[in-house]
Amino acid sequence: MAHKTLVTGVIGSDTHIVGNRILSMALEKAGYKVVALGALTPAEEFVKAAVETAADAILVSSLYGQGELDCRGFRDLCVEAGLEDIMIYIGGNLVVGKQTWEEVERRFVAMGFDRAFPPGTRTDDVLRILAQDFAARAQNASEGPIARRPPP
Amino acid sequence: MKAALLIDFGSTYTKLRAVDVDGASILGAGQGPSTVGTDITIGMRAALADLERHIGPLPSFAYRFACSSAAGGLRMVTVGLVRELTAEAARQAALGAGARLVGTFAYRLTAADVSRIEALAPDILLLAGGTDGGNSEVILHNAAALGGSRVACPIVLAGNRSAMDECRDRLAGRDVIVTDNVMPEFNVLDIEPARAAIRDVFIGRIVHAKGIDRAQAMFDRVLMPTPAAVMEGARLLADGCDGLAGLGSLLVVDPGGATTDVHSVASGEPREAGVIPQGLPEPRVKRTVEGDLGMRHNIAAIAETAGVGNIATESGLTESRVLELIDELNTDVGRVPASPEEEALDRALARAAVRLAVKRHAGTVQTIYTVSGPAIVQRGKDLTDVHVVIGTGGALAHSPDPAAILETALADAADPFSLRPRAPRLLLDREYILFACGLLAEVEPRQALALGLAHLTPLQKEIRDERTVRT
Repeated sequence: MAHKTLVTGVIGSDTHIVGNRILSMALEKAGYKVVALGALTPAEEFVKAAVETAADAILVSSLYGQGELDCRGFRDLCVEAGLEDIMIYIGGNLVVGKQTWEEVERRFVAMGFDRAFPPGTRTDDVLRILAQDFAARAQNASEGPIARRPPP
Repeated sequence: MKAALLIDFGSTYTKLRAVDVDGASILGAGQGPSTVGTDITIGMRAALADLERHIGPLPSFAYRFACSSAAGGLRMVTVGLVRELTAEAARQAALGAGARLVGTFAYRLTAADVSRIEALAPDILLLAGGTDGGNSEVILHNAAALGGSRVACPIVLAGNRSAMDECRDRLAGRDVIVTDNVMPEFNVLDIEPARAAIRDVFIGRIVHAKGIDRAQAMFDRVLMPTPAAVMEGARLLADGCDGLAGLGSLLVVDPGGATTDVHSVASGEPREAGVIPQGLPEPRVKRTVEGDLGMRHNIAAIAETAGVGNIATESGLTESRVLELIDELNTDVGRVPASPEEEALDRALARAAVRLAVKRHAGTVQTIYTVSGPAIVQRGKDLTDVHVVIGTGGALAHSPDPAAILETALADAADPFSLRPRAPRLLLDREYILFACGLLAEVEPRQALALGLAHLTPLQKEIRDERTVRT
């Protein structure tokens, strides 16, 4: 885990930095190398930072309800930059209006995110799931060619 | 009296400044042709003879230092990974070392890229890519591509630390110098070590390769490329040294024959709280070179960028006359303005070059609207509070109205998003002393600073804020 690099930031025209900073601190404390891009980060900047630092995962925050617009094509950007297999998470207040979380999660997974997290997620949960996912990937890698995510 | 001889082996002229170090004054100047192509000593001898004509028998010089932009200058190619990140950091390092960039590359070098680099035959190649512990695959690919090529120049390696050993292996048999990563952490610039390495290569190998050391008996050392000497002069004038205060943050503009150079010595951080900086952090001492803004070699490009119509309006000539004159000057690059028409044209061109070059050098602000209200985002350096703007180079020094040219470096009410200086003092480097200050600063910084301060001429500018000042 000590060798994993994560890119974090708040996507789009979103200035809500507090939750993202708490998450970044928790990740750092857990031994990850964190490249924190902060608030108001365009999607392209996440990808550029991940290329240059050879990041293992990108953790995107979105708190202002425009996440769906900002994240459209995020996986495609990664693929374009040669990061087809990078793990990408999204979390926060992803949509506005009354929508069930299951529906929202399904939509973001369909957009190519490996996981989506609802508002109020504890950092401990993120750390646990992240460790699980990295372990699963290591397992897959040792068993042979990486199993591609099934199409949505 | 302790005297020093400062030499600039330029692309057109060999220029000398003899100075009295203790008195911090200029004894005299001499000029000869640039003869690096044949035998550099011919031009040097002519320049010394010219100096002697001006000041009589030459004193014995305690220091004889040179800088050079002859034989095409320090021609460099930079290679990085992401264009806005390590590729940009590599560019900044090369420009800061006083290089002339002939090619900049990002991502994986293709076979076509490698052939282009071979054809460019740079003096030095700077290879960067990846933060420390970050991406190593691309820099390794690029090292292998260069290792298998006919690129024979020294290669400065300043990329991902974890990949350096293997890069060196892949470049076996080449002249390789490993230095610190230009971007050790994401968005952290560390270009000084690469700059120093480039300068060492310049002194140790390029000076010889270009035949400059043939005149070795006539000087002690070549210290750096000329743009680096100007930059060191600017840094000294801004920061001062112990016991003598400098001028504070400053900007130097040099509209030259082939390019327009801009140097800034200023932090450039947002002036107001709440402005969010974006993009790569900016080096405090920054140099930019505008390859399309040269008063002679790129005269057509200036007119095209600024608009022939605007040049015509500014100079009071007709568009067809402007185009005619540009054609003439384009083929006769050594020509200095002789007629009032040519003077007017040169003034308009210099104004356009300075305005565009400083606009590109300075940062910008942009308001973006977020759910929680508007936010201001800054890219590049905020130079609005810069204390001093210095104009240097022949186009300004020989102009009958240098203030009118230098003024275009200032903030423009019609362009409020550009962070150019608002109310600086304007100084003219009429004696071309900046390079000499930069060279002398190596050994006698205090006297070099005093020399610069004594020989920069203040320019009067129009008081345009008159109406807004309450008395």
